[in-house]
Amino acid sequence: MSIDAATVARIAWLARLPLDAQTLPQTASELARVLDLVGQLAAAPLDGVEPMAHPHAQALAWRADGVIESGRADALLALAPDTRAGLYAVPRVIG
Amino acid sequence: MASGIAQLAQDLRARKTTATELALAALARARARADLNAFITLDENAALAVAQRADAALAAGKAPALAGIPFVHKDIFCTKGIRTTCASRMLENFVPPYDAAVVEKLSAGNAVPIGKANMDEFAMGSSNENSHFGVVRNPWDATRVPGGSSGGSAAAVASGIVPFATGTDTGGSVRQPAAFCGITGLKPTYGRVSRYGMIAYASSLDCAGVLARSAADCAQVLAALAGHDVRDATSVDRMADDYVAALSTTPQGIKIGVVREYFGAGVDTGVAAVVRTALRELEKLGAILVDISLAHAPLAIPAYYVIAPAEASSNLARYDGVRYGHRCADPQSLEDLYTRSRGEGFGAEVKRRILVGTYALSAGYYDAYYLRAQRARRLIANDFSEAFTQVDLIAGPTAPTVAFRLGEKTSDPLAMYAADVNTVAVNLAGLPAISIPAGFSPIQSGVKLPVGLQLIAPAFAESRLLAAAHHFQLATDWHLREPSA
Amino acid sequence: MTWQPVIGLEIHAQLSTASKLFSGASTAHGAEPNAQASLVDVAMPGTLPVPNRAALDKAIVFGLAVNATIARHSVFARKNYFYPDLPKGYQISQYELPIVSAGALAVRLENGRVIDVEIQRAHLEEDAGKSLHDVFHAATGLDFNRAGVPLLEIVSAPVLHSAQEAVAYLRTVHTLVRWLGICDGNMAEGSFRCDANVSVRRVGAEKLGTRTEIKNVNSFRFVEKAIEYEIERQIRALENGETIVQETRLYDAAAHRTLPMRGKEDADDYRYFPDPDLPPLAVSDADIAAVHAALPELPDARRKRYIEGLGLPDSDATQLCADKATADYFEAMLGALPGQAKTCANWVLGELAAALNAENLAIESARVSASSLAGLVARIADGTISGRISKDVFAAMWAGKGDADAIIGARGLQQISDTGALAAAVDAVIAEFPKQLADYRAGNEKLLQFFVGQAMKRLRGQGNPEQLNALLRDKRRSD
Repeated sequence: MSIDAATVARIAWLARLPLDAQTLPQTASELARVLDLVGQLAAAPLDGVEPMAHPHAQALAWRADGVIESGRADALLALAPDTRAGLYAVPRVIG
Repeated sequence: MASGIAQLAQDLRARKTTATELALAALARARARADLNAFITLDENAALAVAQRADAALAAGKAPALAGIPFVHKDIFCTKGIRTTCASRMLENFVPPYDAAVVEKLSAGNAVPIGKANMDEFAMGSSNENSHFGVVRNPWDATRVPGGSSGGSAAAVASGIVPFATGTDTGGSVRQPAAFCGITGLKPTYGRVSRYGMIAYASSLDCAGVLARSAADCAQVLAALAGHDVRDATSVDRMADDYVAALSTTPQGIKIGVVREYFGAGVDTGVAAVVRTALRELEKLGAILVDISLAHAPLAIPAYYVIAPAEASSNLARYDGVRYGHRCADPQSLEDLYTRSRGEGFGAEVKRRILVGTYALSAGYYDAYYLRAQRARRLIANDFSEAFTQVDLIAGPTAPTVAFRLGEKTSDPLAMYAADVNTVAVNLAGLPAISIPAGFSPIQSGVKLPVGLQLIAPAFAESRLLAAAHHFQLATDWHLREPSA
Repeated sequence: MTWQPVIGLEIHAQLSTASKLFSGASTAHGAEPNAQASLVDVAMPGTLPVPNRAALDKAIVFGLAVNATIARHSVFARKNYFYPDLPKGYQISQYELPIVSAGALAVRLENGRVIDVEIQRAHLEEDAGKSLHDVFHAATGLDFNRAGVPLLEIVSAPVLHSAQEAVAYLRTVHTLVRWLGICDGNMAEGSFRCDANVSVRRVGAEKLGTRTEIKNVNSFRFVEKAIEYEIERQIRALENGETIVQETRLYDAAAHRTLPMRGKEDADDYRYFPDPDLPPLAVSDADIAAVHAALPELPDARRKRYIEGLGLPDSDATQLCADKATADYFEAMLGALPGQAKTCANWVLGELAAALNAENLAIESARVSASSLAGLVARIADGTISGRISKDVFAAMWAGKGDADAIIGARGLQQISDTGALAAAVDAVIAEFPKQLADYRAGNEKLLQFFVGQAMKRLRGQGNPEQLNALLRDKRRSD
């Protein structure tokens, strides 16, 4: 199959990955080849088969409510590229 | 000859050596084999600190099995205060504020970590050529790949730098490099070992594993790692077996299903021959070989390459240059911050899988790709359950070929994906499997390269798997062969 | 040409748990920025979500209270999108299989009409962090204390047809979640928020019009005004032949108008899929039975009981059941004064409510307990004090001067029923006002109350009014 540039651009945008004009065609064809590979699923007789999201038929285990972690603002903020006054900072977003 | 865990543990208790000596020797070997590029980080201070604890515990005569044994962690496990990169520029300078469960368990046993092993970026790869820190070389032939994604771990063990290493296996990332490097690689049942602190690639497939010289050594390490962890909701609340004690069980009378499809097209004839010979060895030990078919095996690669990228596209969204990790220089806007930080931080294969996964989950394609892949996953898992009503173990070649040349497949993602043809189904079904050295396949250049035999067991039957592998290794010496430095 | 507004509300109620939905960090308000952001809350690589049982139970409580279906099998899904206040790049929510579905809530409108509002679903999800756009010049600041706080998103069907109906429904849900103790309902702190989906269609039309979503409205009043504005805006647009764009709009209270939300242009594609870190939720009949057993009597049931069982007027019952604490106060009082429901209601909705309003206190912090207020009312009933005096006694009790008996005793406020003393007072006033007496005897009935008042004055308000009346009537005939 082939994927048009607009689709590739939309997917790249959803994934917040950059896409420049030079690399777009190559990305598109690579993507198309992988989709051809996984496209083999289309031919398989899968209708009516229950989808499987987890390896085991396992029910979710719950935690009892309770505060067991205190914040570690300093340790965590120290890992951030840009912080101001105890806040993480990003270029201004127009709310 | 590089000794295994059992031998070193004996020497430590017999005072023939100390944990500190072993750590220094391992670090020296690691530096001497810098050519392999198996390590991203070596941390002598951290190693010696633990080694001293281990020596004290040994002196006090109350040291657990792995006390003082040097090893290396795949650089995907968070280590408090020690840089954890996932072989990505994105996390080049990331120093976690906490330890992964696997890291806690081994340091609680005073095993001595000498550093962090190289790998494919975010565990995405089958050749260890996708590392921001450079390719890892195969100790058997420096012109060849060690396999991936746990290539650094495999090379470090195969070259005798350390007796064991941690790894992770999402589609074969422990078993395939073990096969390519002539060592033993164990992938436990999904949920048997906590994923807490293990940087996620594909959460429903990711599994911590062990690379070591022998099944017996793998049993020792698994014994230290297995157990329930409330910090991982997919960790299974179920007592672990005594894997070491279980090693004594002989393969007498066990039925081994030999999977027709695992010897199918694309499987190198030399590799197939070596594996069939190894299976006859198991037959001599009393195992009964049964020819079986896993009809939906051909769906495994397509299903895997939808499910894993889909989960990855979501798991890797947190790398946005805001709270940690790489941030582009002087971002002009939020979108600029996102796209440039991610564009610069991620390598080509990671980006490719994020795009594929995003596509497979996006509106209009979800049913055709993601949902169909999940239906195929069910059929693949059902194949195994049905087979296990007939047989006790399932066998085949771990990988279709021996280690291929560096650069041989980098230009062709699909050829690379094909290297996982016999391993991914096990992750889709969440089963335990092991790859053990089965012999060598002669190749053109005259260099002999190791071949791996994969054994697969029902969920939580690691004991059965390890026992069969152990008895094979008692009868053979393939796992003792070493590459010449 | 007339138009019919069609409104559906998405209410986000913060579930009152001690720790977050997927981490053990505190949910308390008012901490230093990021002081309550744990490893999980900032999406540290390698961390995993561990779900909070209390959040599930509170969701089930709500579901049972609105007669909804509680899913025996439901699923946490990832909603994928990039925004700085969303640390993981996805929000853990519920999509295809929510924990609560197909419920309904009876809503009483101000005109007394009752509408049955269908609640399509209520699902568990985690809150995002807080973006602070105005603290720095060129940067947006991020505080992740709120990230991971458990929310119950309550989604009504589009069955509301006016801003008034929408607000009445919103208030009913607000009362219910507080009544159930699953949400503190604090709108200022954002514990109870609402987005409104608004569209209009020609009366009689089947098909729904294009809807807009109004976000970030943080008071009942603004919700009403925002919806009113949006309805008018849409009708105006349609009558001018324009078309409505499906979009998210923000309400600007100052300017009283809604504006399209900026930075949301790109069509979202959330790529929901089951969260691989979280196996499916299994809820057993036993789990549900346990929650059901602990369910309190619901507001409507109690209101009905007050009207039918206690004979209270509709308005009293409705006011008493506006919140659980008031209704409970009333019942505590009634317990001490069996059969005096109306009197108790009068005091709770009268003197007590006034005193609370004056200091803007919640009934939980009333300075007079239900039992001591009952003590005061008992003294009126047994004639110890007059209704008039009782107000002063209540004021003294509110001021912390002790209980009713102590105050009555200390100030000698007991009612005077001694005929001798009363007769003396009566004789004194008729002697004092001969002219009025003459008129009174000449048949000016009105003067009776004048004389009663004068006598009461001499008795410092403590005279028994009935007896004084009787005595003064006797004085009409001259001896």
